[in-house]
Amino acid sequence: MLNPLFWVQAITLAFSQIWANKSRAFLTALGIIVGVASTTAVIAALTGLKAKVLTEFESVGASKFFVFPDRPENAPRNMYPWEKILLKPAEAKAIRDECTLVKAITPITEVGLDVESEGKRIEGITVSGIWSDWHVVQNRFVQDGRPFSQIDDESERQVCLINEDAIRELDLPANATGEAILIGGRRFMIAGVVETTQARFFGMNTSSAEVFIPFSVAVKMQDRNFFMRIEGLFTSPDVAEDAEEEVRFVLRRMRGLSPGDPQTFQVAAIDKFIAQFKTLAAGITAIAGGIVGISLLVGGIGIMNIMLVSVSERTREIGLRKAVGATPMAILLQFLLEAVTLCLVGGFIGIAFGRLAALGLTLIPGAQLEQADVPFWAVALSFVFSAMTGIVFGMFPAIKAARLDPIEALRHE
Amino acid sequence: MVDAHADWPLIQVIGLTKIYRVGVETIHALRGLDLSIGRNEMVAIMGSSGSGKSTLMNMLGCLDRPTGGSYLMNGRDVSKMDANELAQVRNEEIGFVFQSFELLPRQTALENVELPLIYARGGWRGRKQRALAALDRVGLLDRVEHRPNQLSGGQRQRVAIARAILNKPSILLADEPTGNLDSATTTEILALFRQLHLEGQTVIIVTHENEVAAHCQRVVRLRDGRVLSDLSIEQDIAGRHLPTTAASSSGAAPPC
Repeated sequence: MLNPLFWVQAITLAFSQIWANKSRAFLTALGIIVGVASTTAVIAALTGLKAKVLTEFESVGASKFFVFPDRPENAPRNMYPWEKILLKPAEAKAIRDECTLVKAITPITEVGLDVESEGKRIEGITVSGIWSDWHVVQNRFVQDGRPFSQIDDESERQVCLINEDAIRELDLPANATGEAILIGGRRFMIAGVVETTQARFFGMNTSSAEVFIPFSVAVKMQDRNFFMRIEGLFTSPDVAEDAEEEVRFVLRRMRGLSPGDPQTFQVAAIDKFIAQFKTLAAGITAIAGGIVGISLLVGGIGIMNIMLVSVSERTREIGLRKAVGATPMAILLQFLLEAVTLCLVGGFIGIAFGRLAALGLTLIPGAQLEQADVPFWAVALSFVFSAMTGIVFGMFPAIKAARLDPIEALRHE
Repeated sequence: MVDAHADWPLIQVIGLTKIYRVGVETIHALRGLDLSIGRNEMVAIMGSSGSGKSTLMNMLGCLDRPTGGSYLMNGRDVSKMDANELAQVRNEEIGFVFQSFELLPRQTALENVELPLIYARGGWRGRKQRALAALDRVGLLDRVEHRPNQLSGGQRQRVAIARAILNKPSILLADEPTGNLDSATTTEILALFRQLHLEGQTVIIVTHENEVAAHCQRVVRLRDGRVLSDLSIEQDIAGRHLPTTAASSSGAAPPC
């Protein structure tokens, strides 16, 4: 119905109108520009934060899980005394031997002990009792000497692993493997030096002097009711749900819990934290979307205002176009296209400013937003919303133009 | 389309009425007007303000629909058409020339002339050649890239005429085409209308000036929404001493 020439001239005209009224068009589109720019920046910051946090989760391992004792909610304290719900070494063994979806597992018990080398004595170092699987679970291996083996635990060998911080603090020679130190008054041989690279978790750096001994040895050096936790890896992050169920099943059986009894422990997979964080991020993105909605509404009203001015300024032109054969639809489309073009230009400038802001975010020291970036979907969405604003708020002025009586319009001063 | 109804007069207006309501007042702009104009006529429509000549022009130009009566153009009843059909008739059958030219100020002469093609049904290929041909007919081939503010009043009106004849309309409808021009330019523009008429174009000029009407073959005078007289130019000039038309005869031009 409308020939290609119409579209070419309508789009050309839309741009030349903006060009002819540059400052007016800029002020009009300012609402759209600010709205799109701020939203783009927020989304960029969120993207950066998300990338950062997910990287940190990844460094821990997406298939990692923790087991720790937990008193059932609303349960009377005396029904579940602490010593009754503590994890036991036998439970860790049962999970290791029976859960097919668990790749690696280690119990961990931490005790503060005095550690002494030939020249130095440090009080209250955190000494952790671990299985050899700990290397796999925490992804930390030795840079010197040898890692723990299963034999170390089974034969309760008096061996230990330490990190570089501990070597420094104890004034040990750089190559400390083979040296002997006293831990809690007992003599241990240093079997290896573990990498100091600690999994940084939300900026919390737990790296300091660390000493590790076989779990079975650590148990002997503690009270009867000692606290331990279990850390492990599922065979893959995809089986997290099933694997969790498996661990839960084994533990409930070990504890003699019948169906319906409340659980006295927690199995928590990193997978779940990631899902929770993603939900949170999606929520914040939705709020940002709401903000852009409001700013586009405000910007849209500006667009409507300026389009009404434009229709009134160009009444004679509309009359002429109708006289030479423009249908009401052709006039409507021309003004609608003009509003949409104005909004799209505003959206484009807004995205450009948003990208600049995103670039600025990555340069803020300590903000940890180095990965802030404007994702493609945000760009696409900004354009779609800008165009929709043009259509919605340009419709009323366009209808007004289309309905003008050509005789009245040509008589307009 | 023209050939299909060759036996019909180009314009046949029968009992045309138009009633405007302004507030509570009712204005009878046309009160049963009859008029017939054939192909390749050059007709002046005259009348004082309030005679209904503007209303008639709007009807003939398909800018407005009558309240009653019928308007057949090439045998088609235009008075019953909807807004879209009227737009198409204006695009294909009517070429308007206005007193104040109505050119788009930011567009070149060529772009102004091309304007009707934007709203044409198909056939827009070769638009530049067609626009140039139209500009050639009005003698402005050396001004195609000029904008209206770089042109004189007469040249502007020539651009407007080129735009009007671009689609080879059945009717060239001019509303006081020389109202904003000096006498020398007026003569030029009227000569151009006569030239187009000689080449076969039907021309209707709405005017209140006898010297403009003098360039036409036929003069239709209106009063109170009806045809007062419908005479050949010679008869019209001869009759100007009559009291009915004497009021508007001051400054009568010699016959051409």
